[in-house]
Amino acid sequence: MPPGNLGGQRRHNLRARAGILGAVRRFFETKDFIEIETPHRIPVPIPESHIDVIRSDGWVLHPSPEICMKRLLSAGFDRIFQICRCWRAGERGSLHLPEFTMLEWYRTRADYTDLMEDCEALIRVVAAAAGIRGRLDRRGCLVDLDGPWERITVAEAFSRYGGIGAEEALKSDRFDEIMVCAIEPRLGIERPTFLMDYPASLGSLARAKAGEHQVAERFELYIAGLELANAFSELVDPVEQRSRFMEENENRRRAAKPVDPLPERFLADLASMPPAAGIALGLDRLVMLLLDADRIDEVVAFTPEEL
Amino acid sequence: MYTVADLRKGLKITIDGEPYIVTFFEFSKPGKGQALYRTKMKNMINGTTLDRTYRSGESFEPAHLEERTMQYLYKEGDHFCFMDNQSYEQISIGEDAIGEARNFLIDNLEVDVLLFRDKPIGVTTPNFVNLRVVKTDPWIKGDTTGSDSKPATVETGYVLRVPPFIEEGELITIDTRTGEYSTRVKG
Repeated sequence: MPPGNLGGQRRHNLRARAGILGAVRRFFETKDFIEIETPHRIPVPIPESHIDVIRSDGWVLHPSPEICMKRLLSAGFDRIFQICRCWRAGERGSLHLPEFTMLEWYRTRADYTDLMEDCEALIRVVAAAAGIRGRLDRRGCLVDLDGPWERITVAEAFSRYGGIGAEEALKSDRFDEIMVCAIEPRLGIERPTFLMDYPASLGSLARAKAGEHQVAERFELYIAGLELANAFSELVDPVEQRSRFMEENENRRRAAKPVDPLPERFLADLASMPPAAGIALGLDRLVMLLLDADRIDEVVAFTPEEL
Repeated sequence: MYTVADLRKGLKITIDGEPYIVTFFEFSKPGKGQALYRTKMKNMINGTTLDRTYRSGESFEPAHLEERTMQYLYKEGDHFCFMDNQSYEQISIGEDAIGEARNFLIDNLEVDVLLFRDKPIGVTTPNFVNLRVVKTDPWIKGDTTGSDSKPATVETGYVLRVPPFIEEGELITIDTRTGEYSTRVKG
């Protein structure tokens, strides 16, 4: 659909989106974060079992800016944020675009609980800027943003909503299916929910929880059943990180997916990275939530199908 | 063969030897998790619905369906006989596959018959058919009950509500999609 034919609602949404972006930037400025830009095209991605990249002239379009942002922490930056486009092959649905906008921020000398507080402050401020006071109305479900937000562990969520233990679900390869079908729709309904402490095997780049090594300090934020952000207390042990990367690549090999070499410079810099926490938030989805849009299509200028 | 990437609303696939139409489709993927393709499907023979979740790499057999124009000939027991307009071949279709269409079948009516592996599974009548009223109460002028419709039976035995002025022997047009009275046929 050419821009001349953009529906009135879509035009309104794009204006509101610009306002939301402005409010996000102002929030980070007042918190002394600096906005940085890192290359979108990189030699190799972080190895991930279930994230497929889009290739570009021998390199890849980054599926997240995390590699370069964490290297900047090693280089001495303390508080950084970035708003950038990211690419993931084959992801298209009412909540997915293969090219989408990510907001990532990183803080040194912090852990995932600090990021939960950041999320609460950020989303309250941005919602207020979008004209939402106290309660966010999504498809008739009223989410209370002002009160305390819920924190629930993955183990609790599985026993409460999944009807099966998280470990058992992992063993029978049903973790994601139960998460999507039975758990996610119940999260963040009355108030936003931090789903925290993932099984160690899903720790990705998160460090193990102190005194509870079977889980990782990772959380995902849900509002009205929508997955909005993924956060880690960053793992800063290059040896452990390398072995996790090799496991992810082994999973890819078994699934007959392309396998890239490891991001060696990232692993090298990890040795000098201070304790830190980092988070990636889907900005299009935040806009969807604040504008009560049904589909991600309604909050972007063009979908791939319209190009 | 179809793959999960082909899944969309309206796609017709074969499951356990029966044709299904996808009535709901949603791509889901936890950020770091597996892509899941959630579907609801309707069995095109018996109308039962099915919820299925697929993963990357799965594939499906298309359901090859064929639609042929046929003429209704007559009813024999609980079967309805039709003639293929092209091959002149006659086929007999059971009540299950006929469904609602039975209410509107009059001799020589042209219908679309849906076939799966040469077996008829559905009959679509034209959107509007003209049927004669064989039984209805006479119109009483000055009726003060305030009723603006009354029951009428048409030649197929189907009963519907018609306006009070419709009389026995008249021809009326019925919208077969809703089963409701549409207009009176003049003349």
